[in-house]
Amino acid sequence: MNLPNITLVSFGYFDKSFLENISEAVQSEYRCSVYLREGHIDLSEFYDPTRRQYNGNKLLKLVDSMPFPDSLKIIGLFNVDIFVPILTFIFGQAFLNGRTGIASLYRFSNERYGIAGDSRFLQDRFKKEVIHELGHTFGLIHCPVMTCVMRSSTYVEDVDQKYQHLCLNCRARLEKQPDYPDSK
Amino acid sequence: MARKISILIVDDEESVRDSLYNWFLEDGFRVECAENAKKALTILESGQFDIVLADIKMPGMDGLEMLRRIKSLRSESIVIVMTAFATVDTAVKALKDGAFDYVTKPFDPDDLTHLIRNATKQISLADENETLKKKMISLENVEDLIGNSEAMKNLLREVENVAQTNSSVIITGESGTGKELVARAIHANSPRRFFPFVSVHCGALTESLLESELFGHEKGAFTGAMYNRKGRFEMADSGSIFLDEIATISSKMQVELLRVLESKTFIRVGGNKEISSDFRVICATNKDLKNMVEKGIFREDLFYRLNVVNIHIPPLRERIGDIPLLVDYFINKYCTSMNKPPATIDPAALKRLQEFNFPGNIRELENMIERAIVVGDGKKIGLKDLPLEKSFVSNTAESLEDFEKGFILQILNKYSWNISRTAKALKVDRVTLYNKIRKYELKPEN
Repeated sequence: MNLPNITLVSFGYFDKSFLENISEAVQSEYRCSVYLREGHIDLSEFYDPTRRQYNGNKLLKLVDSMPFPDSLKIIGLFNVDIFVPILTFIFGQAFLNGRTGIASLYRFSNERYGIAGDSRFLQDRFKKEVIHELGHTFGLIHCPVMTCVMRSSTYVEDVDQKYQHLCLNCRARLEKQPDYPDSK
Repeated sequence: MARKISILIVDDEESVRDSLYNWFLEDGFRVECAENAKKALTILESGQFDIVLADIKMPGMDGLEMLRRIKSLRSESIVIVMTAFATVDTAVKALKDGAFDYVTKPFDPDDLTHLIRNATKQISLADENETLKKKMISLENVEDLIGNSEAMKNLLREVENVAQTNSSVIITGESGTGKELVARAIHANSPRRFFPFVSVHCGALTESLLESELFGHEKGAFTGAMYNRKGRFEMADSGSIFLDEIATISSKMQVELLRVLESKTFIRVGGNKEISSDFRVICATNKDLKNMVEKGIFREDLFYRLNVVNIHIPPLRERIGDIPLLVDYFINKYCTSMNKPPATIDPAALKRLQEFNFPGNIRELENMIERAIVVGDGKKIGLKDLPLEKSFVSNTAESLEDFEKGFILQILNKYSWNISRTAKALKVDRVTLYNKIRKYELKPEN
């Protein structure tokens, strides 16, 4: 059975098993098949030396322009620090009701905050971020429910507090979206 | 808060507009963008936005000038000013010109969230305030003025019309018709409703006490004046003052009152400092003021100063159709206050009430119902519970003589045939009363 799919495109180095875990989590949450791809670009073109960060708007547009005709949604995965002009940093962003989103691993590692590294936390946080940005591509906005994956998170502690699942309301909204494969 | 908050983003940089647009969209706001102040003002003219997030530095009109224009159009607008180059000077200018906040780009995402959350809270409070105001209007409206009769409907229309004005009002009507209630309804429906409603019962005070009550006094103004005291005119500033039984005030007080009404200034008793107060006057009387003017008892100039609008409340006997509603209202009121289960009224008792003359009008009816609930069995008010059983004055009296006979008998029974007290109540002398008793062959019933 050919299910519509979601493509996760990694840019830069990611551990294979790490990516497979992310892929499984997305598949489980959105009930779509998930493909993993590697992207090859020169990230230096997106680097802003004044900010010492990578331009998230430009990266998003880049990923959006990539040809994946068989994919319903695409999420670009990065492990560099990304920003948008108005904010000091972002974990990720997406086109609301669009095709594309991006997510960065950079600010999810404990070492950034002077704490001993923990790969389990890192993986969990990144899964949530990817699922969150995908939710935006399906038209879901931020949710006030504390544990919903669609809850807005500005710090890693906020990410840790939420589950990697949609709450019932968001699930119901997702299933009403016309482009959601499992819509009712 | 049910409705979607709307945000207008004004910045000449496309990347800033796009980022903020996405950010706010994901948060569920309604968002629009403008690349300059001129376009933003055009958008604002055709629709309202709850929050405007504007850059200071823009080509053409800058953000501060735009802020001033937005505030002049709609002072309650929330405008957040942002800049990449913060200075104390521009921050102070922006806040002085009415900016809600002044922020530096780029923001920490948490700061942006807090900023918008604070702004949203402000909007929510303003919305809640509006809703409460509307609720207060409907609660304070005319719920205590009970009645479906044409007379009551006309009265309510008059209240509605006069409430919105600042005109002085004289409310006339017999004792117990609800003149103070009407005065309160006028105030509660007026733009002054959030300010005091001050009531003065002119008939209950001597001239000197009334003067002190109305104008206040300074410490030591007279024996017993141990403190400075604000007068009722001062307390009613921005609100309404209700002068009940206005016909009872002395000639001297009439002169004083006229002066205050014309100048809206006065001096406290024993004081020398002129105080001004902006109040609206509502008066009430059960007397015929015009007749008093003709007899020279009430000043004509004061009468015309007060009687810009006259609202007359008809006596209860002229709106007997409202009696069932009033009875239900009072039964409910007193059963609730006495913690008794709701009572009903026997149809025969209700019919008798509608035939009763009610010289004391609604106050008398209210007293009857209260008494009936206290002394009755609590379930149903019957004829035996109302002081109408043995003697009442029927509105079906065929002639003036029948009416007089019934009325005198009623009062005699009320005072247990005490001639002196009955004569005093009827405002006749004992000889006249004895003559009436003989004429109508009245006898005590026991």
